[in-house]
Amino acid sequence: MESSNIYLKKPPVILASAAVGGKSEAEGPHGDCFDMLDRTGKFGKSTWEQAEAEMQGTALSLALHKAKLGHGDLDMLLAGDLMNQCTSSSYGALSFGIPFVGIYGACSTSAEGLMLASMLISGGSANRVGVVASSHFCSAERQFRFPLDYGGQRPPTAQWTVTAAGAFVLSSEGQGPRVRAALPGRIVDGGITDANNMGAAMAPAAYDTLKRFFTITKTSPADYDKIVSGDLGYEGYGILKDLFAKDGIALGDVYEDCGLMIYNRKVQDVHAGGSGCGCSASMLSAVLLPKKYSRMLYMATGALMSPMSVKQGQSIPGIAHLVQIES
Amino acid sequence: MQKQPKTYPQYAKARAGKSPVLRNCILAFISGGAICTFGQLLFDLYRMAGIGEENVKILVPVSLIFLAALTTGLGWFQKAAKYAGAGTLVPITGFANSVVSPAIDNKAEGMILGLGAQIFVIAGPVILYGALASAVYGVIYYCLTTF
Repeated sequence: MESSNIYLKKPPVILASAAVGGKSEAEGPHGDCFDMLDRTGKFGKSTWEQAEAEMQGTALSLALHKAKLGHGDLDMLLAGDLMNQCTSSSYGALSFGIPFVGIYGACSTSAEGLMLASMLISGGSANRVGVVASSHFCSAERQFRFPLDYGGQRPPTAQWTVTAAGAFVLSSEGQGPRVRAALPGRIVDGGITDANNMGAAMAPAAYDTLKRFFTITKTSPADYDKIVSGDLGYEGYGILKDLFAKDGIALGDVYEDCGLMIYNRKVQDVHAGGSGCGCSASMLSAVLLPKKYSRMLYMATGALMSPMSVKQGQSIPGIAHLVQIES
Repeated sequence: MQKQPKTYPQYAKARAGKSPVLRNCILAFISGGAICTFGQLLFDLYRMAGIGEENVKILVPVSLIFLAALTTGLGWFQKAAKYAGAGTLVPITGFANSVVSPAIDNKAEGMILGLGAQIFVIAGPVILYGALASAVYGVIYYCLTTF
């Protein structure tokens, strides 16, 4: 693995992107940066699951509109979400008629999609590929935790599932930031069984991927002007810094986490920060790409558990996929 | 799958943010106490209205269950429970909320496969083991009073 070339032969261009969000995201520090917000979270639909599918469709349509393209101009669509059988993605893409590949990487889906799309384009299998990832607080809460109106308390380590979708249009040619390198993550099990501390469950995977990336590319944090993780939140963010500090590597101020960016933890009741596929996807589109970092490492992190595996007492393995984006 | 050192879960647990236990206890004491005092107030009011004590003993929990169900439906219960914690959970109000909230949540999947099948998803274990425990207690009570 260490010998494989992670740099893409023909780095694809991110032609356009779009971010769609809900109420908490609108009230967050980057609310103004979203392309569209629906404070009801319903997106005109009657159920939360349908709302999430609609949100995905809206994000993709907005991204295509910005790229001055139509649905028919895409060779392929890679989409993923947190729902059982990825229904938000398949129902979201149902009406578009684009060749569809459903992907699942839990909250790492945005980076997984960007990585796969870049490889497909670089390898010549496609010219234009769409990538969409979403999560919805209400649908995820129902599937993974408790009913929405259940009167429970969350521990400080719990994270708030982001209601958002991010869509990206990648192309073999055009103007815009380019995906220069892609490194798929390994599944890492830190032995965490607490589903309310996903940051700690995912941090070892983030460490593994980032460390491997630095080793393979013979670079250090100083070689990048931004390093972002997907949704490690307050806990995972601190742990990742800790793990690198033990190796004598300071991640420093260039390192940020989308889970900490998306909300104002002091004012909003989100405990350890945001999580979910939509967290990193929306922050990349709404905040990170517009800043045009010359060398950015974008690493989305995912917790690969299911409600069943948690009930059966299995520990929560994590994964982190990384793409290097250059503007 | 890559395994981390065995000490990692302990490390993560040690550095994890802790729940404000004292604050939670105080808020639970105040809110739980307030609910119980309200229950006593209802008891006295029903008695003043001339209802017999046996009936009042049923009316008070029924009233509390009704109010908990209503406030759950209005979306108020969850907002209060976030602060009240065990204060709203332990009295009968918590039980009512645990039945009503899945009922509301699963309405989208229909009256039978959704609401009907899922309504006891949280309260189910309490009902099952509560009924079992009372049966065991009944046998013990029978044995003790017979011999």
